[in-house]
Amino acid sequence: MGAVAAEAELVDLTETPLRELNMRLHAPDPAPRWRVAHPSGAHAVAVGIDAEVEVDVDGHVGYYCAGMNKRATVRVHGNAGVGLAENIMSGTVVVDGYAGQSCAATGRGGLVVVHGDASARCGISMKGVQIVVAGSVGHMSAFMAQKGALVVCGDAGDALGDSIYEARLFVRGSVASLGADCVEKELRPEHVAELEDLLARSGVDADPAGFRRYGSARALYNFDVDNAGAY
Amino acid sequence: MCGIVGLFAKSPEVEERLGAHLGAMLGQMADRGPDSAGIALYRDPAPAGSTKLSLFSEDPGEDWSALGDATVHASHAVVVLEGEDAEARLRAGRPDMRIMSAGQRIEIFKEEGDPRGFVERFGLAAMSGSHGLGHTRMATESRVTTEGAHPFSTGLDLCLVHNGSLSNHNRLRRMLRREGIAFQTENDTEVAAGFLEWRLREGDTLQAALERCLVELDGFYTFAVGTADGFAVLRDPIACKPAVMAENDDWVAMASEYRAIAVLPGADSATVWEPEPARVYSWERGGDRAASPVAGPLAETGV
Repeated sequence: MGAVAAEAELVDLTETPLRELNMRLHAPDPAPRWRVAHPSGAHAVAVGIDAEVEVDVDGHVGYYCAGMNKRATVRVHGNAGVGLAENIMSGTVVVDGYAGQSCAATGRGGLVVVHGDASARCGISMKGVQIVVAGSVGHMSAFMAQKGALVVCGDAGDALGDSIYEARLFVRGSVASLGADCVEKELRPEHVAELEDLLARSGVDADPAGFRRYGSARALYNFDVDNAGAY
Repeated sequence: MCGIVGLFAKSPEVEERLGAHLGAMLGQMADRGPDSAGIALYRDPAPAGSTKLSLFSEDPGEDWSALGDATVHASHAVVVLEGEDAEARLRAGRPDMRIMSAGQRIEIFKEEGDPRGFVERFGLAAMSGSHGLGHTRMATESRVTTEGAHPFSTGLDLCLVHNGSLSNHNRLRRMLRREGIAFQTENDTEVAAGFLEWRLREGDTLQAALERCLVELDGFYTFAVGTADGFAVLRDPIACKPAVMAENDDWVAMASEYRAIAVLPGADSATVWEPEPARVYSWERGGDRAASPVAGPLAETGV
């Protein structure tokens, strides 16, 4: 630690319009640290950032918080609504509480950490994002997941990994049911190492060896009339 | 789209200000449903043997006092009439008048137009109550009229608000008409209300009637159902329509979005979660009204 850490820019959303906050975050060379007060469930808080900044949001946010995030670290000290970190490209998004449905949907990179539960469709159509959920996830999670990793320390709801391509799914608790073409696979040493890294980076305390791995059976890649019922 | 809100008081302070809280929640959901708004409020039980009716008249010069002791709220009035057949008597005597609700505790007010204006016109801020539901409507399945606004009454002291749309409501309406259920609009939610009325008439519990919805209703829905003693929440098995619930020592709340809950006192520290699909959540008051704590989702059934 050389110089004193930069003072955070304080933005109170009861006084500052949300659009102004987002525009300031999008401006060239934004301040490195931000603290957002009174989000009160507002939608689209801290969306579309493309800068190495840290944003701490004190309270609950609505839909699409930290959507399309690039490089930034966004921490929500509360709960998040639908579509947290939707289409995240890189950077880190952390929620202390629960996340609503479609968390990290279509995410292409970066890390999304939910310390509570995530709701339905967590990681739907994920394309490279890494997601760590300390609690449980709802039904249809990792639907059509293409790339990346979803780690669930609790339980997974119905139809986990339905129509999955190549993402890796790790669940420590129970799985209500697996979706079409999703099967359990062997947890090999490289997967334990991957889990160890993800859990450490997420600050989630769980034994990497206690997880089970799920992935694609690759039976739906090419059309086969015998699979018609599964498409 | 539509927005729905529900609030269940667990403390006298919240009961006292229930209308103000519900109005604030409704205001937050105004842009989810700018066409119409409505609330159902549970309070001031009518004396045994009497019926409390919420009435709507299109005539702004309506002489409500001719009906008896009436409390007027904008285009609506609440009257308490003697006899358990009061609803039938009024329906026969004043077929032009619309009965929005009937029961011991329920009052329903609803109207076309901007939800924030509705909150002002009906003076929600001054209303108290044990629990209530509200709705802001963005019409998809039928015309924008006061009759098409929610909540829909589903029998004595019962009401329903709905976010979503049903696709088999025409077939169900025909079936229910054969069962003797009356409909006043072409609205899909009224069919869901009629469906519940039918199942309850046939002896189902509210829990069983809601579970039957999962089998018979085709479409998208988040339902909130009000009863004399509490309310219940159900989402369809796909759960596309949003819903969030929150609870603390003073209240239980549900809404389409968290920002409607954020306006409640102590929301920041309440327990917040999204209700699971195809699962009935319900809260009821115990025998001791003011003091009885409400323990989480009392009735939970995975289907």
